[in-house]
Amino acid sequence: MMDNKISAGTISKKKMKEFEVLVKDNMKRAYFSALGFLGSHDAAMDVSQEAFIRAYRNFNKYDTKRNFFTWYYKILRNLCLNFIRDNKNRNEEYFFESRKYEDSRNNPEQNLEEKEELEMLHDAINQLEPEDREIIILREFEGYSYEEISEMLNLPVGTVMSRLFYARKKLAEKMKRLME
Amino acid sequence: MNERFIILLEKYFENELTDSESQEFETLINSNSELKQEFEEQNRIKEVLRKMKLKNPSREAWDGYWLGIYNRVERGIAWIAISIGAIIFFGFVSIEAVNSFINDTHTPPIVKVGISILVFGALVLIFSLLREKFFTSKHDKYKEVQR
Repeated sequence: MMDNKISAGTISKKKMKEFEVLVKDNMKRAYFSALGFLGSHDAAMDVSQEAFIRAYRNFNKYDTKRNFFTWYYKILRNLCLNFIRDNKNRNEEYFFESRKYEDSRNNPEQNLEEKEELEMLHDAINQLEPEDREIIILREFEGYSYEEISEMLNLPVGTVMSRLFYARKKLAEKMKRLME
Repeated sequence: MNERFIILLEKYFENELTDSESQEFETLINSNSELKQEFEEQNRIKEVLRKMKLKNPSREAWDGYWLGIYNRVERGIAWIAISIGAIIFFGFVSIEAVNSFINDTHTPPIVKVGISILVFGALVLIFSLLREKFFTSKHDKYKEVQR
């Protein structure tokens, strides 16, 4: 993972360029993390950009010894939770796709099966609490290590493992219920 | 749930089990049917998750990402400048208007009192409406409902 460290302090015009680099290095991770929370492309774009703006405004509070994304993620997480609280009836899109889509395109039967599985997973994930959804997205889709998640969420590694286990368990139960 | 089992299970998924931990894990799941069932269930869900990935937006979306942030930062600065300018300007105009109103010797005192009460009432009304609007937007449970 890239070490995103630039000198702290109020960002002047010349520092804008450095902030641009920082944004470009982290924008995909930021977007996908927000997407996992919010389930909508537009909302994920908007909220992750807003979080970068808040990060820019509060850059003097950023401890350069720490990883930028870990610090940024706390801002993003709060904005996402506020968004969920304020938009309970939001529309969620299908934000997953099959990794094997390219291979199964010529096989309609397999394609249909994967589509059904995808829809079921999507519905089951959407029924999870934001915190359960978050930990699944971070670990299973974004591939963060337990240590990185522990730092992002301010939790001991053991708690991260335990929360992940229970989140997957809840997901399995939701999927089972949807299959019935 | 057995905390040790959870830790070993997570390590198993990451291929981080040492030989002794691997043996311990095997013994755990073979000696306890409930744990074995949990292990199989977790394995199944991991398998489903492994097949999926998050949808990647179009290239244009990434191209415009930084520009979107830059524009919003720039507009934020513009709004702050406009607000400060407006506060200074209207503050000055208000003070001048009040001064000229107080020093105006042609207007009868009763009219001055009337105008003062009118302005005071209008200010209270504006303040009350703004406060109500602010609290409604913060606490309205039904704002999502189409009216």
